[in-house]
Amino acid sequence: MKYVLRKLTTLIITLFIVSLLAFLAFQVIPGSPATNMLGTNATPEKIAALEAELGFDQPVLVRYGNWLTDFVCGDWGTSYSYSLPVKDMVMEKLPNTAALVLLAFLIVVAASFPLGIALAKREGGKLDKCMTVINQVCMSIPPVFVGILLCFVFGITLKVFVPGGFVTFSEDPVTFLIYMLFPALSVALCRIAMTVKMLRSSILDEMNKDYIRTAFSRGRTRADALKKHALRNAIIPVIAFLAVTAAELVAGTIIAEQVFAVPGIGRLLLASISARDFPVAQAIVVLLAAWVVIVNFIADILYQYMDPRIRIQ
Amino acid sequence: MNVFRFKNQKERPESLEHKDSPNYYWVIGMAISALMLVLILVGYVWTPYSTTEMSGREKFLSPCLSHPLGTDNFGRDLLSRIMEGAGSTFLIALCVILIGGIIGTIIGSLTGYFGGMADVVLMRVCDAITAFPSILLALVLIAVIGMGKYQIILILGILFIPSFARVVRGEVAKQRTLNYVQAARLMGASHMRIIFLHILPNTIQVLLPILTIGFNNAVLAEASMSYLGVGVLPPDASLGRMLSESQTYLAKAPWYALFTGLAIVLMILGPSLLMEGYQHRKRKG
Repeated sequence: MKYVLRKLTTLIITLFIVSLLAFLAFQVIPGSPATNMLGTNATPEKIAALEAELGFDQPVLVRYGNWLTDFVCGDWGTSYSYSLPVKDMVMEKLPNTAALVLLAFLIVVAASFPLGIALAKREGGKLDKCMTVINQVCMSIPPVFVGILLCFVFGITLKVFVPGGFVTFSEDPVTFLIYMLFPALSVALCRIAMTVKMLRSSILDEMNKDYIRTAFSRGRTRADALKKHALRNAIIPVIAFLAVTAAELVAGTIIAEQVFAVPGIGRLLLASISARDFPVAQAIVVLLAAWVVIVNFIADILYQYMDPRIRIQ
Repeated sequence: MNVFRFKNQKERPESLEHKDSPNYYWVIGMAISALMLVLILVGYVWTPYSTTEMSGREKFLSPCLSHPLGTDNFGRDLLSRIMEGAGSTFLIALCVILIGGIIGTIIGSLTGYFGGMADVVLMRVCDAITAFPSILLALVLIAVIGMGKYQIILILGILFIPSFARVVRGEVAKQRTLNYVQAARLMGASHMRIIFLHILPNTIQVLLPILTIGFNNAVLAEASMSYLGVGVLPPDASLGRMLSESQTYLAKAPWYALFTGLAIVLMILGPSLLMEGYQHRKRKG
């Protein structure tokens, strides 16, 4: 419990620092947003008036304080380009991205654990050798290209879905799932390959340790020793890796959303950066960064739950 | 149940090792890398067709004898364009690992050798940077300093520093305690001399794999950023941008996307197979 509390304090401090950095990053951008918004009919008086309205005449730290309290209270500012509340724009797209990340993560876990364990069981076998090569190739294919290949095979040739089309969850849950499945697959593929490789070598490392030899001497079979003894220890580094994966998948969805034209926050982020619509970009960056920090926090907690040794330190 | 079956490779009797089987990773990796390198290097000085000349009559030609990889939406020869794009992507990736590698190695060797507060702080910063997905950080930096070829090189170069710094730091910290360093100290060698002339050459073992991984990640990152439209801007060539263009014509000219993507895959696969082969060889030898 003490451990959790200590980690929780670190989490809050980290979130604070990350939000400050994200805020500052968008403050040092050259060019005043007021000038951009007013365009050609900007006069010095108008710019000054708009800057005062946007709060740009105050010192940076004061602005950060205001922005943070507003952000926590649910007022995320107004989009420069659309004059809509940022929160509404983001919240509209967020469920799609969340579904995509969740699905991709489930695919990674569901595919890599059985595969990694099976390969470790048959170390040096035909399956193991084949998969090592396939793994290497999978890790070399950029997610963008995986997405395009999936579009071509399943979208254009087999006509399972329409490339560039999208069906919302409320319209038809099953079709929605199909439209989500392929983007999720495209980001998951190389993470699966990495997780399998890692799990395999982690299990094999454990299988060479003394306690496994003891288990053998007591008459355990290889499969039993692996399942009952080695796996529990071998999984610990993989948990940490899965936390990184959960964070990386979010970044991967930015690409997948672009390839499959999924209306998610990744596309919104890209569009807002291109249009220099910084309130939107800033809100999304803070959200994604918070996600990364929180995922790492959860991994830390899981870690000490799985491995009591960490709790003592 | 034979317990010895579960020992790892090193402990196996020598006769069980496939001593004479060739190192396939090495051979295939070498072949792929050589192919791509030849394409890229030749592409700098000569391409079969002009990469800018358009031809209305030769739009969307499928692969044939005169255009081995077909043509694109403007009737430009795809092989020539891929050679140009791969060359540009290769240069960008090279610059990125040069920036990241040199600065990262300097930071890593200094902090690893001297330790102290700077070491702790810098490594915490590195940890923090690596915790975030690089695409996310790159997008933020692009928002700040803008897009384009040189911006991408600078941004990715900065983002690649921590991975080099961390690995080099670990190795230098390990080497520092070894006898040869102390011997050099006794002989009156300065710290800088020890770091850069004595220790650094010994870190090449860990530096080579990280350079390969860095190169692959740089190719991947450049392709992704350019695909997203925030990386290399026209008129500069890039495989990522070609990929995004080709997606529009996926139904009409699938070979456009296929060959462009394949070029990226081969560019990454070659070095990573070479590295795998290198590690296998080290384990055996």
